[in-house]
Amino acid sequence: MFYFVVRRFASAVLVLFTISVTVFLIFFATPGVDPAARIAGRSASAQVLAQVAKEFGLNRPLPIRYLLMMDHLFIKQDLTSYVNIGDRVVPQITQAAPITLSLVVGAAVIWLIVGVLGGVIAAANQGKFIDPFIMFIGIAAVSVPAYWLGEVMNLLTQSKFHSSIFAWVPPPGYVSFTTSPTEWFLHLLFPWLTLAALYAGIYARVLRAELVNALNEDYIRTARAKGLSERRILFRHALRCSLISIVSLFGLDFGALIGGAALLTEVVFGLPGVGMLTYTSLQNLDLPVIMGCVMYGAFFVVLANAVVDVLYAYLDPRVRLV
Amino acid sequence: MLRVRDLAVSFATRQGVLRAVDGLSFDVGRKEIVGIVGESGSGKSVAIYSMLGLVREKNVTITGSVLFEDREILGLSDRELQPIRGGSIGMIFQDPMTALTPVYTVGWQLVEQIRQHLHLPKAAARQRAIELLGQVGIPDPKSRVDRYPHEFSGGMRQRVVIAMALSCNPRLLIADEPTTALDVTTQAQILDLMLKLQDTYDSSIVIITHDMGVIAEMAHRVVVMYAGRPVEIAPELDLVRRPRHPYTWGLLDAVPRLDAKNERLHTIRGNAVSPLDLPPGCAFAPRCDYVMDQCAQRPPLRGDADHVDACWLSDAQRVTIRQSVEQHS
Repeated sequence: MFYFVVRRFASAVLVLFTISVTVFLIFFATPGVDPAARIAGRSASAQVLAQVAKEFGLNRPLPIRYLLMMDHLFIKQDLTSYVNIGDRVVPQITQAAPITLSLVVGAAVIWLIVGVLGGVIAAANQGKFIDPFIMFIGIAAVSVPAYWLGEVMNLLTQSKFHSSIFAWVPPPGYVSFTTSPTEWFLHLLFPWLTLAALYAGIYARVLRAELVNALNEDYIRTARAKGLSERRILFRHALRCSLISIVSLFGLDFGALIGGAALLTEVVFGLPGVGMLTYTSLQNLDLPVIMGCVMYGAFFVVLANAVVDVLYAYLDPRVRLV
Repeated sequence: MLRVRDLAVSFATRQGVLRAVDGLSFDVGRKEIVGIVGESGSGKSVAIYSMLGLVREKNVTITGSVLFEDREILGLSDRELQPIRGGSIGMIFQDPMTALTPVYTVGWQLVEQIRQHLHLPKAAARQRAIELLGQVGIPDPKSRVDRYPHEFSGGMRQRVVIAMALSCNPRLLIADEPTTALDVTTQAQILDLMLKLQDTYDSSIVIITHDMGVIAEMAHRVVVMYAGRPVEIAPELDLVRRPRHPYTWGLLDAVPRLDAKNERLHTIRGNAVSPLDLPPGCAFAPRCDYVMDQCAQRPPLRGDADHVDACWLSDAQRVTIRQSVEQHS
């Protein structure tokens, strides 16, 4: 097991390296494009262009340029945005990160509880009305785009019913936990529900399918013949075996969301997280920030993949490579 | 100990009513081994599963009476059946490769059953689990108890399943084709083990198989099933020496013999009948070499106290037929 973990994380590092090289090549080595102009942003003076050329070693060989870029980004952390002059990239990301974290962790708690409950209730009551009902709600939640749902939530809470039912809902934006926990919670409530809706739907449907499969397996029949209660069979045998795929799915989803995949939800609700940062920098073609966001997101996706693989081996003993 | 009367299991399907078991009756006494033999699809497994409420399909209808130790267990709820399942009646299933939950160690699964019925503390239950593994012939049980099912071979897994079935000293052990998925040498070992344990634990056994060799090895009495119906019930020696039903003849003749000349193996002509379209009279009639007009009526199970069969042939006719068959073989 130990060597498995070591090997898995070693390959994760390799993947991150490859991503960094690929991003670098796309931004700085695409033929026919002047890298200096791209870094400096749209309207840059000749002086800025010369400065960029020197800093990034644009006349030097490719590998040196790569190393310089990585140096600026990670070690010196003095890569600055050329659209918002002087704003350094890394602090922008580190400031935005807790906001995304708040959004994603809260939504994750909600979607896990709702999704798992929904899946278990549907599977335990196959054939009765509640089963297709839950599945229908699930697919409705999956089909609705996050930005539409978010805007509808805003419409209802900010304008239509703002004076009546939803008077307590604060305007869009973010309040940090340390400033005011209540406000933090209220500001994040509807973003949480919006983000959680999509994933709860998927998880309920996936878990139900996995559970129904597991319940038809021979070992469930053995468990029943052992005289175990139906509840124990469902939770300790069927669910335990089905959770393996849910946990894997969760790891990947969570990793991607931490890295900034909750883009649209953040924009709709005015939360200045990493997703919002990526969105704005893409609109402005703010290259350094884009690159920072890409590396940040990639890191978490790769990390999540590695953790999920290790977790999978822990949960399913058959997979362990000795 | 076990009295089954007129057990019938049918499924409501789109193509009509599927009678998987149709009027099965037999008894199992104390320390007795009863074998149920028949082709695939003859309803043997379904009959047994339905007795313990293990048939979970929603479209099933189960009628009849199953008295276990003078208590009617057919129709009991899951909750009422829990102390019986695994406690008084232990079950061994056909495929050892999929019978155990893959994510728990065999010790954990053994302890789970022990604590469900015997209410021992964890340490004592674990001790008992190790003892049981030793009794069923698993080498080094102290360390193997913490291994996962996929770390055992098929034969070893079946031994674990047997250990689980016997863990709470059941009075009745039901084995559904316990050796079908295993190779012949392992089969012999497992059957020996079951006989030894039956002696130690004083339990009765119902063994389901399609292999007449297993029947000869193990059973005191035999129930032959075809198309969900019992066609012959007899003590094992009687069945082998004086079989009465043409299907039983077919089953016995089909067993390859070492002293036969280079002949083609005997087969029963035709294919197993589908339970969806059973003929109105005797179910075996379409495949029987001795079918008569009378067979259009379903023959009742009749005979002596000990040996009954469901066939219209008279004893005289049988003797003639078997003599001519023996002359030609």
